[in-house]
Amino acid sequence: MLELAFKGKKTYWTWIFGLLAAIGAGFALYIWQINQGLMITGMSRDVSWGFYIANFTYLVGVAAGGVMVVLPYYLHNYKAYGKITVMGEFMAIASIVMCVLFILVDLGQPTRALNVMLYPTPNSVLFYDAIVLNGYLFLNLIVGWNALEAERNGVHYQKWLKPFIYISIPWAISIHTVTAYLYCGLPGRGFWMTAILAPRFLSSAFAAGPALLILLCLFVRNTTNFDPGKEQIQSLAKTVAYAICINVFFLLCEVFVAFYSNIPEHMDHIKYLFFGLHGHASLVIWMWSSMALMVLGIILTVNPSTRKNEATLAVACVMIIAGTWIDKGLGMISGGFVPNPLHEINEYAPTLPEIGITIGVYAIGALVLTMLYKIVIGVKEEAHA
Amino acid sequence: MKDKKWIVLGLVVFFGLLLFPLAWNMLVKAAPAPEVVLTKKAKAAKQCVMPKEYMTSEHMQLLDLWRHSVVRNAKREYVNPEGKKFDMSLSNTCLDCHSNKEQFCDRCHNYASVRPYCWDCHIDNPKGEE
Amino acid sequence: MKSSRRRFMKLAGAAALGLGAQPVIKAVAPASEESPQPVIRKGSNALPAEQWAMVIDTRRFHSAKDLEPLIEACHKIHNVPHLTNKNHEIKWIWETHYHNAFPGNPNPYQSEEVEHRPFMVLCNHCENPPCVRACPTKATFKRESDGIVLMDFHRCIGCRFCMAACPYGSRSFNFRDPRPFIEETNPKFPTRMKGVVEKCNFCAERLAVGQKPACVEASNGAIVFGDLKDPHSEVRELLRENFTIRRKQNLGTEPSVYYIV
Repeated sequence: MLELAFKGKKTYWTWIFGLLAAIGAGFALYIWQINQGLMITGMSRDVSWGFYIANFTYLVGVAAGGVMVVLPYYLHNYKAYGKITVMGEFMAIASIVMCVLFILVDLGQPTRALNVMLYPTPNSVLFYDAIVLNGYLFLNLIVGWNALEAERNGVHYQKWLKPFIYISIPWAISIHTVTAYLYCGLPGRGFWMTAILAPRFLSSAFAAGPALLILLCLFVRNTTNFDPGKEQIQSLAKTVAYAICINVFFLLCEVFVAFYSNIPEHMDHIKYLFFGLHGHASLVIWMWSSMALMVLGIILTVNPSTRKNEATLAVACVMIIAGTWIDKGLGMISGGFVPNPLHEINEYAPTLPEIGITIGVYAIGALVLTMLYKIVIGVKEEAHA
Repeated sequence: MKDKKWIVLGLVVFFGLLLFPLAWNMLVKAAPAPEVVLTKKAKAAKQCVMPKEYMTSEHMQLLDLWRHSVVRNAKREYVNPEGKKFDMSLSNTCLDCHSNKEQFCDRCHNYASVRPYCWDCHIDNPKGEE
Repeated sequence: MKSSRRRFMKLAGAAALGLGAQPVIKAVAPASEESPQPVIRKGSNALPAEQWAMVIDTRRFHSAKDLEPLIEACHKIHNVPHLTNKNHEIKWIWETHYHNAFPGNPNPYQSEEVEHRPFMVLCNHCENPPCVRACPTKATFKRESDGIVLMDFHRCIGCRFCMAACPYGSRSFNFRDPRPFIEETNPKFPTRMKGVVEKCNFCAERLAVGQKPACVEASNGAIVFGDLKDPHSEVRELLRENFTIRRKQNLGTEPSVYYIV
């Protein structure tokens, strides 16, 4: 099937080479980072995780979001999703690839990465994260690829695939749960120490993942002969609507607990994010934009007329992706580190090389996604031709 | 099977590359292994921590054992079979005698194309000698 | 091949621990002759303890200047670089205010003298260290023999999970090669390389040869160091006779650094 990814029109190749250029630039910057050390990033002794880990966290969510099509199709036998499950699975693959790369570029000693496997440490959450992320990658590769191949050959997928499909569903939940456990089990980091961190991560994942999938479906319909389907897009939109509502609800729960209990350790981080603390307020405008975007997203997806209109739905999806990205990407990591454990304030902002490397990783993800989707579309077009 | 010639060509290239080092070594005589240079102090000591043959072939294992023992198990004293005591320290024991890192360590390492990262942290000439 | 070698090392290490290396090496390499085998052991001067602990008498320090020689002594012998960019700063021990060392503790109205005292902070060598729990490679570990929380710089992958886990901000990361920023290198102690995390090691290398930590030595008796689990140790005596506090003691980490206020 791979050969399908190497047949395309001029625009396809322009896009591919554009991505390769971005990857090349990111890679060059990464070589520079290897030479100089992480000093070329904006991270510091106080904010020791930054843009890389933030994007990693966000993309784990996008990957987990793929389960929102897999589950209804395979468990509830919701036939309509049969057309697009493989799109969800391949979106997950591209996201996980980016997740792994973001962890890798964040390491101070990347050549020693395999120490995680050489010295397995069951008391470290990062050890489990490595296992579940790689496991999820392989599950999606196996399931997505084989199901698509079966579709191409006009047969039912192999029987042995079934257990992998069923395992992949709870596995999707596990990747984001374990990722939340990275943060919420740390003493002395009041912002992260909340039992609803994993549910919160999942709710934003189930909003952001399907929202991206809707945009991808719309794009595929407009540019190829394959139509993912109106009903499919509308069903996804309902998932997004529920999930984004739950996400904002969870956020408000956090605010209630922090402020009603009036415990400074928990309040200070939220104060820093939304109002600024002792004159440090670089994230305030971002956080309020995020809130506005998510609320607008709720209005547009909950309201039936704007949800059913695919133009406004697309706008809503963009808003939700941006809103959850700011909330989880920018706010979640910085917010946990500021103020620091000694209650000093040292703010963080990514540097240009750091952003360049990040773009490079996203370009790799986009390349993987493009090629996988090209295969999907090739197969679907063959089937309908 | 219209791709037959391409497959054959691919296989030829693949095996050619794979076997190239063997062929190269048969045709070209390998550069001779460098001799390590001993300092006066090293010569005077007659024997290293362990016999020369063992040190030549196993010094990396010995150093790995030393570092594991010192860093992780708080055991820093090494008593060799002759009963001689050593402080298990690269900088303070090994390099005390072998203070000529360029001629002692680097020569072989460069020849064998290995780049141990010891010197990123350990001071290579603690006494500042020539 | 590599893993079998490692396993061999582990076996050899384990054998050295209790039995002497001979039987195991023999078992692994049956061809070896009946010659004596090397022994790996603790030096005879090494100071023993079940859990090292430190008691800092903050009454003896009046201004930041009083702590400078202690910090200097530590940073000098351990080749701690002096980086001017605050983001990349590396510090093993440092001076801070009461409200930074003990956030959440200060009362709005309290002894002015205490409030203006300098507080020396460092790794607490917790009995339940969250950093050790977080490390994915056991590069940071709690040494079983004496409870010191140590770093294996050879193994650290630089993921900085331990920095997020430490509730005391005791850990620093080498954002760049530290060597150009070491004013005067102590050749007896290694430096670090870029990309690894570091912190106070309770002077493990000095304890091994029978010396107390450098800051303790430089403190003129204001800091006492000893075995927390020995009821007759000087540390325990001080704890019996003085009211002490620990940093964020409510987190259950059981810090081993005590402050007399």
